[in-house]
Amino acid sequence: MIAPRKLLTDEMVAKIEALAPRYPNRRALTLPALHIVNAELRHVPLEAVVEIAAVLGLAPAEVQDTLTFYQFFHQEKPHGKVRAFVCRSVSCALRGGDHLLEHLCQRNGIDPYGTTPDGELTIEPAECLGACDFAPCILANDDLLKNMTPEAAEAELKKPRARAT
Amino acid sequence: MQPFKPVLLEAVGVPDGHTITSYKSRGGYAPLEATLAGRQPADVIEMVKASGLRGRGGAGFPTGLKWTFLPKDHPGPIYLCINADESEPGTFNNRILMEDDPHQVIEGIILSSFATRASTAYLYLRYEYPKSWHRLQAAIDEAYAAGYLGKNIRGTGFALDIYLHRGAAAYICGEETGLIESLEGKRAWPRIKPPFPAIEGLFRKPTVVNNIETMACVAQIARRGVDWFKSIGVPADPNNPRDPGSYGPKLYCLSGHVEKPGCYEAPLGITARELIEHHGGGVWKGRRAKAVIPGGISMGLMTESELDTPLDFAGPGKVGCLGLGTAAVVVIDDQTSIVDFLHNSARFFAHESCGQCTPCREGTSWSLRILERIKAGQGRLKDLDILLELGQTMGMMPGSTICGLADGAAWPMKNAIKKFRGEFEDTIKRTNPTGWMVTDPVPALQIVGAH
Repeated sequence: MIAPRKLLTDEMVAKIEALAPRYPNRRALTLPALHIVNAELRHVPLEAVVEIAAVLGLAPAEVQDTLTFYQFFHQEKPHGKVRAFVCRSVSCALRGGDHLLEHLCQRNGIDPYGTTPDGELTIEPAECLGACDFAPCILANDDLLKNMTPEAAEAELKKPRARAT
Repeated sequence: MQPFKPVLLEAVGVPDGHTITSYKSRGGYAPLEATLAGRQPADVIEMVKASGLRGRGGAGFPTGLKWTFLPKDHPGPIYLCINADESEPGTFNNRILMEDDPHQVIEGIILSSFATRASTAYLYLRYEYPKSWHRLQAAIDEAYAAGYLGKNIRGTGFALDIYLHRGAAAYICGEETGLIESLEGKRAWPRIKPPFPAIEGLFRKPTVVNNIETMACVAQIARRGVDWFKSIGVPADPNNPRDPGSYGPKLYCLSGHVEKPGCYEAPLGITARELIEHHGGGVWKGRRAKAVIPGGISMGLMTESELDTPLDFAGPGKVGCLGLGTAAVVVIDDQTSIVDFLHNSARFFAHESCGQCTPCREGTSWSLRILERIKAGQGRLKDLDILLELGQTMGMMPGSTICGLADGAAWPMKNAIKKFRGEFEDTIKRTNPTGWMVTDPVPALQIVGAH
């Protein structure tokens, strides 16, 4: 008997199933499914992994294996309503990227990868965001914040933002 | 320098340049219609082979030749994967193409699918490009509505679907077999080759993996012709039968310490100095360049005196760099510590090593720890020899790893230490005046965990 789902809504499952005809097998739905669940829950706890595996007909360990490889999906608790990736790769670093990350973490009282206690903001170091023409830059949800100074970034990250798609 | 009118970037700055109406007004999709109406897949392969187009993703493999590796008369399916996992530090040309001219990319994908007899194309897009995601999806929807995608395209019986597939922030997914594994829903561990993807690729079927800019080039070759493409760039060296030449326009990404960072289109073979002076407005703040990355961080470093090297497929290798790579030129000014640069590079590779091959996983991790220690004022001169030894033993070239990530980690290390050894030694001696000569084992510092 399959246990009832607790975390995956019918809507999420419908979104996953809508993609199924694109692939010759269901394992290829793993990353799309993780993104669909993460977009709603802002994390993918182990319970959700088990439910995704049941939907895809996979062993939970197969989904968990893929999930942990990317280190992109939080598992223990949701990331903030704003998830800010601060670029630290070479082009941004040459223009103050490391300093930007340090400043933002210090001002918000969190470590890199941490979330503010109110659950509003998560700050994560990122490798090259592919926007070196606007270094240093930050990807905050779907918004690319260009040519950031520490002060400008601090103000930008206080603003409410549309959810990442 | 001859003025060069951008072709791949012709839509940049054009209002609504990303729409199908704008693309068609510039001559887009007419070559596709002509191809579908009167040409065979073999004709398209022949055209791309004759153009001398080499893959723009980093390895520079001749595109038409890659297509011919597919088995003949295969019952299918054959897959085309488009690599839009652009993650090489300093590189953003694919982002510009996807955001500003997605139809150019899509027309190239349709032509390439027709040539390779693929009926499904997966476009693997890195997570960090939400704007590209939306622009591409909108453009794909427009292409379906216009009858360029779907079943029985323009009544020819040719069918093609393009699906966007989103990554999750891992550099290794840009390696073509890592990309395939990731698309299959697994960890992105590159595969041992052979078998090459053309024989056994995605879902164990024959597969071609091509870069976004390569697709844009295919569209332009179809529109403007082989002769046009071959009139640009650097011809093959007649004295070297193995040199396929460097033909066509190329998107160069210029960033770091320049006045005007940006993506500039130029004939293959422009020098780094021309790029910096003519397009980038010079090194910023009136300073001098200390070092320049020729094509993404994995390609290593050129010194100031090497800046007149042509940035074609063969050029950077002549000054000890790994190659042209993604043609992402990153300028490092003379006020920057080369130790800091190398630490940044090592941190990137330690984070992005996929962990499959021990020499890469451990080599990238230990080189970062050694550089952490040097930066913390506890470096020893002996460390430089250890870093060089690591650099010479990890990678596909020495034969210790499955993919080239470790070669990319090794190259900046080898180049930096060989070309700037004096600065490393001075830094170590200055910051560790009492311990720089010690050779005993040292306890490693704590660092952030690897990918």
